[in-house]
Amino acid sequence: MNVNNRTTPGPSENSLNFSQSPDGTLLIQIRGDWKLGNPLPSADEVERELTAGGRAQRIRFEASELKDWDSALLTFLIKIKEYCSRNQILLEPEGLPEGARRLLRLASVVPERKGVSKEIKTESFLPFMGGKAIAFFRSATKMIAFIGEATIALSKFFVGKATFRRSDLLLLLQECGAQALPVVSLISVLLGLILGFVGAIELKLFGAQLFVADVVAIGMVRVMGAIMTGIIMAGRTGAAFAAQLGTMEVNEEIDALKTLGISPMEFLVLPRMIALVIMMPLLCVYSDLLGILGGLIVGVGMLDLGLTEYLNRTREALSLTTFGIGILHSAVFGVLVALSGCLRGMQSGRSASAVGYAATSAVVTGIVAIIVATAVITYVCQVLGI
Amino acid sequence: MGIDSMAGKPIITVNHLDMGYDGFMVMRDLTFTVNKGDIFIIMGGSGCGKSTLLKILIGLKEPSRGQVFYNNVSFWETGPEERQGIMKRFGTLYQSGALWSSMTLAENVILPLEQYTELSPGQMREIASLKLSLVGLAGFEDFYPSEISGGMRKRAGIARAMALDPDILFFDEPSAGLDPVSARLLDDLILDLRDSLGTTIVVVTHELASIFIIGNNSIYLDVDSRTMTASGDPKKLLAETKDPSVRRFLTRGAEGA
Repeated sequence: MNVNNRTTPGPSENSLNFSQSPDGTLLIQIRGDWKLGNPLPSADEVERELTAGGRAQRIRFEASELKDWDSALLTFLIKIKEYCSRNQILLEPEGLPEGARRLLRLASVVPERKGVSKEIKTESFLPFMGGKAIAFFRSATKMIAFIGEATIALSKFFVGKATFRRSDLLLLLQECGAQALPVVSLISVLLGLILGFVGAIELKLFGAQLFVADVVAIGMVRVMGAIMTGIIMAGRTGAAFAAQLGTMEVNEEIDALKTLGISPMEFLVLPRMIALVIMMPLLCVYSDLLGILGGLIVGVGMLDLGLTEYLNRTREALSLTTFGIGILHSAVFGVLVALSGCLRGMQSGRSASAVGYAATSAVVTGIVAIIVATAVITYVCQVLGI
Repeated sequence: MGIDSMAGKPIITVNHLDMGYDGFMVMRDLTFTVNKGDIFIIMGGSGCGKSTLLKILIGLKEPSRGQVFYNNVSFWETGPEERQGIMKRFGTLYQSGALWSSMTLAENVILPLEQYTELSPGQMREIASLKLSLVGLAGFEDFYPSEISGGMRKRAGIARAMALDPDILFFDEPSAGLDPVSARLLDDLILDLRDSLGTTIVVVTHELASIFIIGNNSIYLDVDSRTMTASGDPKKLLAETKDPSVRRFLTRGAEGA
């Protein structure tokens, strides 16, 4: 038999040897260790051999010098098999090890389902921006619908027709209130100290260190106490709300409520909203007091101001309007944090990563909403001259 | 045992129903009838749309086309209040049990009672205890879902689904994730519920053992042709059907290849 023999320039002892006989059979000898991580010849070499070496009609294998093998050999064989089926070449696997033959058959026993593989589309700029704009409007519509539903639920609460468990509300009040005190205390005292220090450095230049009390009192009570409480609650409670509701979505608990005709908006969102709207102003007052305490530590401890002197100055600096503006801020932030936490939780997908995303998104939405609301309230106060 | 499916009157009628997500058609042209007292099996391979069909039947998802009638009232064409009234007559067991995790088992059963009845708290507690004892969970009233096993959670889910003495119980993959003995006990419970209360039961499952033990009527959803390709008593289907995909399914792939 006239046989044309050729060995591939294999990078090591793992190599292929081709011998083509005139009856159109290409015999591939596989040698060495065909294991992942070893340098191996590629399937392209077989394709090159098939195109260069004339009209092969069938492929056979000889594997007596093949030592160890694993998935590396299989992926190589699958590529050859695909090439053969595309080019109507008969593949005779008999010369391969028994295990490899079986796995090769197993890999092709369930054919690829048509239409399921996802096409990776490269979108041009305009469709990409269009898609983003449509997604933005959809999300805005959902958000507005959610706010509307929350308002309806709230109005039902005021006429006593909302369905939720009082015990849930009490538990939420405890979670949003008492349990948040340690972190609010720490942050507020530190914030008071920071405001005191910053004020002291500048005011000392003019010998007006007594006015540190004004800076701290007005800063904390008018806006900083509310903002810091808002941000703490967005990170602590808003994320918790989103994670709780997201997990309920994953566990089909929200579906179970819906099929029983219980509105998740009333049963889950409403008590969370009420709890935060009640607790946020209280936490804000607490934060204001601790912030003033922080300022007092700087004033009395570092600027040698008298305790009574500092407190008197604080009392003179504050007015009921300033206090009212701070409380207004905190009540608004309570609604915003509750809404963003619950919105993202209810919109959560049904997977672990979706719940994580919902929690992150709740914090981001909450903080952005707090900052925007602060800007709006500050502007309105400016216009009204208060 | 052995209520003839023709003996009951039609309680659910599904007419040329199409269902899909975001323009992707999952199943089309489903037409079938569930009679009162049936244990009706919705079967088919994974991803064929069994759970989507269940969502449409229990009011969680609107169909793309077609009607679902409950006692001759078109479920998706009627007003939301009337639909809510129909839904009140359902009980649903979700795949995961879907017990409300912040409530005890008794509270889980009591919540639907609080919503729809004027019973006193004492009476509601008694009913909750009764329903839990019917599913073999007497004494577990004050346990939280996280404190009991998966099988117990499923049974507690059934107790909650039965809270309002529903006309129809829907079960989504009741034996999924259960050991064979617990799965068998759950099958017995389903049969007992139908035989003692006359409740119509619709079960979504692909567990062959359950299908043959409990089902007296069924439809087979075929993932390739995206429609139903067989209906009737599963035991008769196994004996008579010539459809290769149904045979393959009912014989665990031993026939019909």
